[in-house]
Amino acid sequence: MPVLLCRVDDRLIHGQVVLGWGRPLGLERIVLVDDDVAANTWEQQLYRMAVPAGIDVVFASVAGAIAGLGAWEADGVRTALLTGGIASMAALHAAHPDAVHRINLGGLHHQPGRSERLPYLYLTDAELSELRTLERDGAQVTAQDVPTAQPVALESIA
Amino acid sequence: MSDGDGRAGLNGVVVAHGTLASAMVDAAEQITGISGMLKAVSNSGCDRGALEERIWAAIGEAPSVVFVDLAAGSCLIAVLRRVRERPDVRVVTGVNLAMLVDFLFHRTLPAEEAAAHAAASGGSAIRVP
Repeated sequence: MPVLLCRVDDRLIHGQVVLGWGRPLGLERIVLVDDDVAANTWEQQLYRMAVPAGIDVVFASVAGAIAGLGAWEADGVRTALLTGGIASMAALHAAHPDAVHRINLGGLHHQPGRSERLPYLYLTDAELSELRTLERDGAQVTAQDVPTAQPVALESIA
Repeated sequence: MSDGDGRAGLNGVVVAHGTLASAMVDAAEQITGISGMLKAVSNSGCDRGALEERIWAAIGEAPSVVFVDLAAGSCLIAVLRRVRERPDVRVVTGVNLAMLVDFLFHRTLPAEEAAAHAAASGGSAIRVP
């Protein structure tokens, strides 16, 4: 229950996360899982600026998040887990399949090799295949940028 | 870049969600009759890296004031990531039309002063009559 949202979003912390999802879920903590940001205090300052009072931010590497997830699950703090890419979320799911069960694709934008699947979701074929593997491994993957939008099941994303 | 009287002027960049920036630039130009001095940047369709590139391409090499819509969010973070390397660039959040109009009339000030002036003007325009 405490990990309420497992979101893949290449903008990391931004308005859709802290306002769009933060308010209806009553988030008290965002765990930003990114190896680069976890090693960069300047970047961390910037992301802290984007978070309103009342929401704590934890910066973790992928390895750090795998180590910390058990405690975040147990302490009762309403938490969102946020990664900038699929591979990091897949690693978290592999280590904690129960806590990281429902995976939200919130925003992956255009990059070379990716094609548009939804207006806010661009994927390479390899990334789509990676997501399908995640589902075969037990995760439930949907795309949904904001809570008021209808979630889109992975099986309907081509 | 220079004003009509030949004095050098600041570069102004408006960064906002969706189509807000282009609409605000258009409105500010209509009010002041000064065009081509503000650039609009949207975050639509961008990941972090692409937005950062889009913003800093608009800033270019000139001293600039960057106006951002929200005081928290992807637009501000994308600007601030590189701003330490550019002391001639200042950032103002909570952009509104009053501050853009003010900026267009004070583009010959140093960036720090123009930013403070525009922020004060924009703030004083917020009222509950």
